[in-house]
Amino acid sequence: MELKGKAHKFGDDVNTDYIISGRYKFKTQDMKELARHVMEDLDPEFYDRVQAGDFIVAGKNFGCGSSREQAPLAILNADIGAVLAKSFARIFYRNSINTGLPLLECNTDEINPGDELELDMEKGIIKNITRQVDIPIKPLPPFMLKILSDGGLAEHFRKYGTFNFK
Amino acid sequence: MGKTIAEKILSQKSGVDARANDIVIANLDFIMGQDGTSTLAIQAFEDMAGQKAFDASKVAMVIDHSAPSPLEGVSALHARMRGFARNQGINFYDIGEGVCHQLMLEKGHAVPGSLVIGADSHTCTYGAINAFATGVGSTDLAAGIISGQMWFKVPETIKFVINGQLPSGVYSKDLILYLIGDVTSDGATYMAAEYTGEAIRALSIEGRFTISNMAIEMGAKVGLMEADDKTAAWVSKHANQSFEPVQADADAEYAAIKEYDVSDLEPQIARPHTVDNVAPISQVAGTPIQQGFIGTCTNGRLEDLRIAASIVKGRKIHPHTRFIVAPASRQIMLDAMREGILQDLIEAGAAVVTPGCGPCVGTHNGVPSDGENVISTANRNFKGRMGNNKSFIYLGSPATVAASVLTGEITDPRPFIKEK
Repeated sequence: MELKGKAHKFGDDVNTDYIISGRYKFKTQDMKELARHVMEDLDPEFYDRVQAGDFIVAGKNFGCGSSREQAPLAILNADIGAVLAKSFARIFYRNSINTGLPLLECNTDEINPGDELELDMEKGIIKNITRQVDIPIKPLPPFMLKILSDGGLAEHFRKYGTFNFK
Repeated sequence: MGKTIAEKILSQKSGVDARANDIVIANLDFIMGQDGTSTLAIQAFEDMAGQKAFDASKVAMVIDHSAPSPLEGVSALHARMRGFARNQGINFYDIGEGVCHQLMLEKGHAVPGSLVIGADSHTCTYGAINAFATGVGSTDLAAGIISGQMWFKVPETIKFVINGQLPSGVYSKDLILYLIGDVTSDGATYMAAEYTGEAIRALSIEGRFTISNMAIEMGAKVGLMEADDKTAAWVSKHANQSFEPVQADADAEYAAIKEYDVSDLEPQIARPHTVDNVAPISQVAGTPIQQGFIGTCTNGRLEDLRIAASIVKGRKIHPHTRFIVAPASRQIMLDAMREGILQDLIEAGAAVVTPGCGPCVGTHNGVPSDGENVISTANRNFKGRMGNNKSFIYLGSPATVAASVLTGEITDPRPFIKEK
């Protein structure tokens, strides 16, 4: 999997209420509509600035808080290619893998807002084209890659009817 | 090498010798969804070409987050849940029954030694009765409903040993806020927390729920406690299934062991906008508040309402303050009514609303106005959590909230506590 786009930078402890507020998530199941409000409480213009394939780049504990799957779905539907952070909260992590949103742990101090990035999952590297540095990413366990490459857990189940990591 | 509670339960449920950091597929004992997450799960169930729940008696859905429905869109989501529940024959709890976590415990769906997933982050509450219970998302929920299984990364465990005796006017809420302030919001990320020690054993089961409920606020996957006689008595009263508690081995391996003595602990407050922004009440007292809220899966239980009523009984709330109370379940509301607690609260000026989550998650029943301060017994004070991102949420114990609505400012409850 290869992805290319710009970095949109956030700080530590971005919680799921900030990713998509409870004000919206109970109102609709239209994920394209929800996506318009992604990160709104932190950055009201975020959705309008994002280009398809761009990256969210954050500090530690990204996605802490509630179990709402609307959080990774809103990010996916805003056409974000992947989220890079120093660490992720665990329910958000599961939900992202299960819905097919790539999450990568790496040293995000090496990335400034607006940097051009290129992700090479096979090699396990983020190339920061703007700053000309390669940033290693923590490899995903094989079964998570399997779910991601199947397009998420729903597709995995549709294909196999159950968990299949053979 | 021995095993932690988490390693033991996941070994039993997966049939392999599960150790920290292994990935296992384990059999689930119970699966729960609420109205903020279930409709997405129903969608995923259909996307997965699911036909029948693996065992309808082991699945429950609860309408609690927006109950009764405040909006047309929400009503449509609720209708979809009711249709699915009827069609599948699963357990279903409609508006007014209560907060999902309280129901899972009250109705005996979670028992010691069991493995439970819930599509709500505070599912970790049931760790207080020795269940490996953890929050998941909607896709996990759908996969669980179809297969009765889920993948788990076996967590490492961080053990909290709580020594000493909580002083009068200081409660389990103050204790867990203190611990979260100490280890911070990601201090236990990916890990299991085990809470033990004499101060934990001295707590009622209700008081223990408050601790395990907030394990997620330190990032933990589960907040486990060992079962004792109090646990067995409580569970036997609510569940009509057999259960086998699980104990940690004496030589189990822990990622860290943290010891505390709480004999001198003050009431604690989490200040806006993170749960780990904790201070002793002496540093926050005097902050004006416009709204107080008692309720939620953290602190909406009978003993919480009882403490609050004992403080406000015969008094009136401050004229510039609103006081909202949401009992955590219909049963608690009925018990509080019979005991006269509701009357005391209402006469003091409380607005008692339907058992459910509304005010805590900002769906309805008490959205604050711009610039207002709220003191709440909930578990989260994130910006916008209660429905307005220009308001400020402080978290404290039910006693602290009760004392604060009387004075109109954050108030140490200890002078209001009658010595026994």
